[in-house]
Amino acid sequence: MSLDMSNTTFLGYRRENGRVGVRNHVIILPVDDLANAACEAVANNIKGTMALPHPYGRLQFGEDLELHFRTLIGTGANPNVAAVVVIGIENGWTQRVVDGIAATGKPVTGFGIEQHGDHETIMKASQVAKEYAQWASELHREEAPLSDLWVSTKCGESDTTSGCGSNPTVGNAFDKMYPHGTTLLFGETSEITGGEHLVAERCRNDEVRERFMFMFDRYQDMINRYKTSDLSESQPTKGNIEGGLTTIEEKALGNIQKIGKECLVDGVLDKAETPTGPGLWFMDSSSAAAEMVTLAAAAGYVVHLFPTGQGNIIGNPIIPVIKICANPRTIRTMSEHVDVDVSGLLRKEMTPDEAGDALLGSMFRTVNGRLTAAEALGHREFVLTRLYESA
Amino acid sequence: MIDFVVHDEGDSVGVVVVEGVQAGDNITGWIMDQDKEIQFTAASDIPIGHKLAIKPMKEGDTVIKYGVDIGKVVADIGKGEHAHVQNIKTKRW
Repeated sequence: MSLDMSNTTFLGYRRENGRVGVRNHVIILPVDDLANAACEAVANNIKGTMALPHPYGRLQFGEDLELHFRTLIGTGANPNVAAVVVIGIENGWTQRVVDGIAATGKPVTGFGIEQHGDHETIMKASQVAKEYAQWASELHREEAPLSDLWVSTKCGESDTTSGCGSNPTVGNAFDKMYPHGTTLLFGETSEITGGEHLVAERCRNDEVRERFMFMFDRYQDMINRYKTSDLSESQPTKGNIEGGLTTIEEKALGNIQKIGKECLVDGVLDKAETPTGPGLWFMDSSSAAAEMVTLAAAAGYVVHLFPTGQGNIIGNPIIPVIKICANPRTIRTMSEHVDVDVSGLLRKEMTPDEAGDALLGSMFRTVNGRLTAAEALGHREFVLTRLYESA
Repeated sequence: MIDFVVHDEGDSVGVVVVEGVQAGDNITGWIMDQDKEIQFTAASDIPIGHKLAIKPMKEGDTVIKYGVDIGKVVADIGKGEHAHVQNIKTKRW
C-alpha cells in the first residue's frame, strides 16, 4: 500500500523569512578565489562552521557576474544556513553579497581583506563566526508541513538501470509529494535532448511551454556553437557509455522518468533563480552533477534526490544529497555511497510504489536529521556555473 | 529470475540487468509496461546495463526504446546481439 502522507510533517529550522531548513549550517563564504584562504582559516578556528571555497569571482562581468552573485547570495540565503560570514578581497562586492543575504533577515557580516590583510581579517571574522556558531547551536527544530519542503532532483553517472529503476523511483516520490504543495525542481537542459517533446507536453500552459522551449533551444544553440563532435563521451559521459547508455536520446528518456507521470511543470527558472510558488519547476542548468546541485541549493531547495547507476558520489556542502541506485553491481561495489537500494525493482521483487515509499521514508529521516552517505563521507562539492570567460 | 528488461513491447532493444550474460545463454526478459515475460538467446556476451537487440535491425533503421526514437543504426545488428556505440549513434548534435 502506498504511503499516506496527508498528515505527514517534518522537523526543520524555521528561519526569519518563514522558510524551513533541514540543516543548521554556519558558513564562511568567499566572494572570490583570493578569500578562500581566510575563509578556510576561520572555519578551522571556529568549530561548527564550514568554509565554501571556490575558484571564481574576479573580473567577471555581465550575465556571468549576475549569476555569480545570484549563486553566492542564494547559497547564503538557503534555509539550511543559520548564519553567514562573507569574506572578499575588497569591500564593494563583499557588501553586495552581504546585502543580498541580509534580505532574509538572518545574521550575516562581511569583511574585505584589502587594507587589513589576512591576519586581521581572520581574527575579526573568527570573532563573529564564534558568536554565530554558539547562537545557531541553540536553535531548535520544529514541526512543519510538507508545503514547507523544497525538494530538487538530478541524476548522475546514469546507466540503463537509472531509466528503469532509480529515476522512476524519484518520479513516483514526486507524484506523491506534488499534491501536498511541496516545491519540486528538475533541470539538466542538455539532458532532455530527445525527450523535449515529452516535457513540453507536461507543461501547465502555453506560457510555461514557450519558456521551457526557449531555455531548451538556448542550450542547444550553445552546444551547436562549440561542439567538435557528436559529444559522445561528454554527453553521454564515458561512465554512461560504460553503463550501457548509447545516445543522448536514450539518456534523456531515462532522465525524464524523474518527473513522474502525473505532476505538471508549473514554471521555468533561469539558473539559480528562486521559484515563486509550490509545484514542479524546471531550471535551465548544466547536467554536470555538482553544478546543478549547487544551483538548486542557491535557488533555495533544502534536500536533493540523486539517482545514480554507475555510482556518482557527489554531495553538497549545504543540502543533503540522497543517492538512489538500482544497479546491483554498483550496490555490490560502492554500497557506502548508496542511501536507497531499489535494485529489487529489476528483479520484480519490489513494485514502483514500494520503491517510491522507500525513498520517501529515507528522505523524511534525512530531513529530520539523519546524515546521508555523502554527508557522512564528507562530500561537499560546491561548483559555480560560469557562462563565459572573465574580462 | 529476470535477466533483462524491456520498457515497452514495441521497443527494439532490452537491457541486461544481471552480471555475466554470455553468448548462447538462454535468458528471460520482462516487458515492463505490458508485464509480460519473454525467453531469448543471447547472441553476444553482454555486460550488465548494456542492451541486446530484440529484433534484427539494418543500417539506417531507427532504434526504439521507451516507445521513442533513441538514435539510428549505423551497422546491422542481429537478434540477440549487443546493441551499443559500435552500431548505434545519436540523431542529434
